[in-house]
Amino acid sequence: MRRVVGIDVGGTFTDLLLYETEADTGRVALAKIPTTIANQAKGVLAAIDATGTSASAIDLIIHGTTATTNAVLERKLAKVGLITTRGFRDTLEVGRRTRPKPYGMTGTFEPLVPRDLRLEVAERMNAQGEVVIPLDETELRAAIERLKGLGCEALVIHFLHSYANPAHEQAAGRIALQMWPNAYVTMGHALLSEFREYERGTTASVNAAVQPVLDRYVRLLQTELEKKSFGRDLLVMNGNGGTVSARLVAREAAKTIMSGPASGVMAAAETLRQSGVANAITYDMGGTSTDVALIHGGVPEVSSELTIDYGLPIHVPMVDVRTVGAGGGSIASINAAGMLQVGPQSAGSEPGPICYARGGEAPTITDANLVLGRLDPKRLHAVKNPVSVEHVRAIFEAKLAKPLGLSVEAAAAAVIRLANAHMSGAIRMVSLSRGYDPRDFSLFAFGGAGPLHAVALARELGIPEVLVPARPGLTNALGCLVADLRQDFVNTLNVPLDQADISEVQRILNDQRARGMAVNAAEQNEIVETIVLHGADMQFRGQTHLIRVNLPSADVSREEIQKIFETAYFNRFQVHLPEIRAVLVNLVTSVVGKRRTFPISALLDASDRASALDSAIIGERKLYAGGAWHTATIFDRAKLPLEARFAGPAVIQQIDATTVVEPGASVLVDKVGNLRITVGSASE
Amino acid sequence: MSRIDPLTLAVIQASLAQVCNEMDIAFSRSAFSPVIAEADDRSSGIYDKETGALISQGEFGLPVFVGTMQYSTAEILRLIREGKAGAPRPGDIYIVNDPYLGGTHLMDVRFALPFYYQGELFCWLQNTGHWPDVGGMVPGGFSAKATEVEQEGLRLPPVKLFKQGVMDPEIYAIICSNIRVADQRIGDIKAQAAALKVGEKRLTELLDRYGRDTVTAAIAEIRQRAAKLMRAHIATIPDGVYRSEAFVDSDGVVNEPLKIALAVTKQGDTLTFDFAGSSPPCRGPMNSVVATTYSSVYLAMRHIFPDTPLNSGVFEPLVIKRPEGTFLDARYPRPVSGCAAEVSQRIAEAVFLALVQAIPDKVTAAPAGSSGNFALGGTDPAKGTSYVMYQISGGGYGGNADHDGLTNGCSTIGISKTAPVEVMEQYYPVLFRRFGMHEGSAGAGLHRGGFGVHYEVELLRGEARASFVMDHGRFGPPGAQGGREGGRNVVRIHRDGAVLTPEHLSKDQDIPLKRGDRVEVLTPGGGGYGDPLQRDPAIVARDVGRGYYTPEAAATLFGVALDGHGAVDAARTAALRAGRA
Repeated sequence: MRRVVGIDVGGTFTDLLLYETEADTGRVALAKIPTTIANQAKGVLAAIDATGTSASAIDLIIHGTTATTNAVLERKLAKVGLITTRGFRDTLEVGRRTRPKPYGMTGTFEPLVPRDLRLEVAERMNAQGEVVIPLDETELRAAIERLKGLGCEALVIHFLHSYANPAHEQAAGRIALQMWPNAYVTMGHALLSEFREYERGTTASVNAAVQPVLDRYVRLLQTELEKKSFGRDLLVMNGNGGTVSARLVAREAAKTIMSGPASGVMAAAETLRQSGVANAITYDMGGTSTDVALIHGGVPEVSSELTIDYGLPIHVPMVDVRTVGAGGGSIASINAAGMLQVGPQSAGSEPGPICYARGGEAPTITDANLVLGRLDPKRLHAVKNPVSVEHVRAIFEAKLAKPLGLSVEAAAAAVIRLANAHMSGAIRMVSLSRGYDPRDFSLFAFGGAGPLHAVALARELGIPEVLVPARPGLTNALGCLVADLRQDFVNTLNVPLDQADISEVQRILNDQRARGMAVNAAEQNEIVETIVLHGADMQFRGQTHLIRVNLPSADVSREEIQKIFETAYFNRFQVHLPEIRAVLVNLVTSVVGKRRTFPISALLDASDRASALDSAIIGERKLYAGGAWHTATIFDRAKLPLEARFAGPAVIQQIDATTVVEPGASVLVDKVGNLRITVGSASE
Repeated sequence: MSRIDPLTLAVIQASLAQVCNEMDIAFSRSAFSPVIAEADDRSSGIYDKETGALISQGEFGLPVFVGTMQYSTAEILRLIREGKAGAPRPGDIYIVNDPYLGGTHLMDVRFALPFYYQGELFCWLQNTGHWPDVGGMVPGGFSAKATEVEQEGLRLPPVKLFKQGVMDPEIYAIICSNIRVADQRIGDIKAQAAALKVGEKRLTELLDRYGRDTVTAAIAEIRQRAAKLMRAHIATIPDGVYRSEAFVDSDGVVNEPLKIALAVTKQGDTLTFDFAGSSPPCRGPMNSVVATTYSSVYLAMRHIFPDTPLNSGVFEPLVIKRPEGTFLDARYPRPVSGCAAEVSQRIAEAVFLALVQAIPDKVTAAPAGSSGNFALGGTDPAKGTSYVMYQISGGGYGGNADHDGLTNGCSTIGISKTAPVEVMEQYYPVLFRRFGMHEGSAGAGLHRGGFGVHYEVELLRGEARASFVMDHGRFGPPGAQGGREGGRNVVRIHRDGAVLTPEHLSKDQDIPLKRGDRVEVLTPGGGGYGDPLQRDPAIVARDVGRGYYTPEAAATLFGVALDGHGAVDAARTAALRAGRA
């Protein structure tokens, strides 16, 4: 018997998936409990208890945590000191000449390390990595002492051009580690060896600021688990969609930021793979935000240029998840010009939509779904002191329908339609900015509200098919269960390709590979196969935007690189530029330790499935779509037989989500249990 | 009540904006020049076929282009009617960069495409891209010394660069013969034309879906609604006349300040902008063309009311008296290279300073308001190639009713980031000795301004020439509601142990530099907001602890005395403040 647990701690819920295998049979257990904000470990243990399995019987736990993301967003961070090159104390504070929004002259920014904790020392490298001014070690020691004296818990050493030559940072790091009371010393080049001093320095500072937070949390969790006699491996999710051993995770703590959304995308990629779908846009709509990502050729798109908050870029490779809008709590209103608007204001989760009965009085997308029968009115009774549908309708009547001269239904439908129009615009921008046409993709819908809107949204986008996974509300935990061990490396060269020292290129790629293999070696028993992916970020001389190309091996030749780049550039922009030189900017390597696969079909218990489709029907209700009321068949998701087909209007209910199948759309339950919805067109 | 249902109206408004956003992204994604591809110095929009009025413009276009292209569309239409430009046919794309025909400066090149739906002209699509060079006396076009537009570069009236879908090789050859680094321009021309084609395709899809009549009616309705929204905002401003003045240091040729005098009259739901009393046209390149002047007022208003949509309806309640006879309405052959980057920001500043008196909770004190252009051109002996390095800079934003101003904010009219030091040093023979905050530059106030930047860069090899087009060297950005002015812009050249300051302080051209010489620049801080004596002494002490201000400045500017440990000395502070009140 082998038991593997994926557990994701989100902002609201802690989700768990347990997979038990013996010989060739498998069993899945689920748990969903409220997150214990003050001490997340408590919730983790409670979730394990909820499965009825003891921690001592578990072989492996893969854990996704929001500890670091929340710490940054709420600025609950360790006190960090920074030592930098003379003349560059303010790099983190001046940034790169921006403002929070294109229009509006207001907004504030506080750097993670305040100016009085940023000290300068004499040292300087030039862009070629040659020493211009040697490191003044006496000054360095004094600076370290001073920051210790000021009560800093973590230290950043960030020198100019350290990506070209890290010798000064390494020397300073050695001295700092002898003097610093703990191991929380981050060197700028160690996390990413990439040029651009503001982005690299900010990334290093974020790392230092969350390192103690994550380290304390992971130690606490391990101690608590040991008390329950758990003695096996604990892996932690990273934002690149891979995992790393808990023993190593704190060293590069910044990499765990945004790991929650990343694990959702990893779950999507594996689910799609087992359904035989290669290209999809993931669409995760919750109560407060909507995130999207692209999966192309089975591989989630990755970016090294994400920003978690204004002025806080984190340049480590992460699954490229973008927040494109608000969630179900978005408020509908009418502006001074009499135009209907949805968002940007949101009711959030407090007070939340009117139907949550927590005092919300503003009509939201969720309320519109209720008015239209898309959400089950009976579920209102799940809350304390529920409001009635009539109460929600009365507010829609007064605030939207009457001023617009519409019926209540038409006003509610307009709210959803306009929200979808905005959402589809934002999704188009995300895919177009990466050079893709969304119409070549499927829409993978998850999160509490994703499946509710996906069919209508897909129609808006011209996407032919929607895929709804078995457990739309447990996707992050599934991501933990299916994630591989993954290490990513970036080194900046920034030289014209025809001047590059190819033996040095090959040496760097081989070194990146070796470093990745060394980290993964700690978990060798989890890995069934290791895949090494090499690539390069390139551009034509004079350009600033980069194109990522895949390289066939570490021992690639100059001619091969040139040809690969020219082909990639043409494919993206349809332009040949033979007269302009190519520049090799970054070398990148990913070392992926593939773990045993998890059968997606196990997510739904086969014994629950009905033998005939009719037995999965649990009723019918009125559903407003295309300007008229329809009678929609209600299905119980758990009972749907594999390979079943049926047509909309229909609603598929399950504990964690509701899927609306609009009139004109049709559903196939595929062989692994995913809903494949051909969206068709609205029959008006 | 309109005959279009409210949902269709809202969806068509969002869809038109989406068409523009997709044109913007297509342009940036495929443009060759960094100034477009990374700095996003470009904009795209949809314009009326009869009047040229703005139908929709992208949210992510460069702010200074808000509104300019409707004037250039109107000029193209006029020239077509007068037979001075060829009549439009499907597949044509006009190129134009004439500043006096609804433009900015020569570097901003506009492409205009007549959009046909089912064989009939429906509207115009236009985009603007800032080309890295259009010829003229200095590389890049920002001459501080030009006295006529011919010195600033190649000037194109509207001519068809593409005729029925095919590029005219002769016009292309003329352009290439008149600009620097011409071999790379084909990449930008293709991108600029392709972006309009993306718009054409998406707009056709929109019309197919909703029908020509519905979209036409929706455009008219959206415009009326936008005007209504702007009027509703204006109605919140108390009636009255609000006056302000803003000064450009000099025109670069004659060393005297140029004055912008503005009177904003709020009556009912209309705002009238009158620039009477502003300086006459100037000899140097700090003239503005009227399209840029109008656009500068519009962008300032959008900074104040960011929720207004981008169509000509929002401009209707904003009545701008044409500033004839002033440097804000320059005619041929006045040089104009400084209008888009600098004069536009002084105009916006005048708008902020007038309206902060009327709606002090919605408007900030003056921001730094300069693009801080510094160009260094030379030949690198190590590489044997010539180069032009551009360094743009931000400055402090003004304090406001809620908080202190932002440090190193982007220019009012721009959205471009600066290049990292590590990138500049890779490309050019320079070494930055420092790049940090301009200490003490934040204008004092209850809420102080943000800080400018302070950098110092050394030439490592060969010889070079330095040029500057900056501003606020003579006067700092003014404060508001009792706040003090922000720190001024300073340029210093360090050579052989001596320090030189340009005669015009913020503008100069072709200062010769040799190996080891250094250029030092301090950019303006933002104006302060509110009485500095009301600022929380503990926050003043924090600011001193961070080295933002000296202890002396804390005493003189804020009336705050600190003890030997940097903590507030409450008794002495009370005495200092009492003595000032």
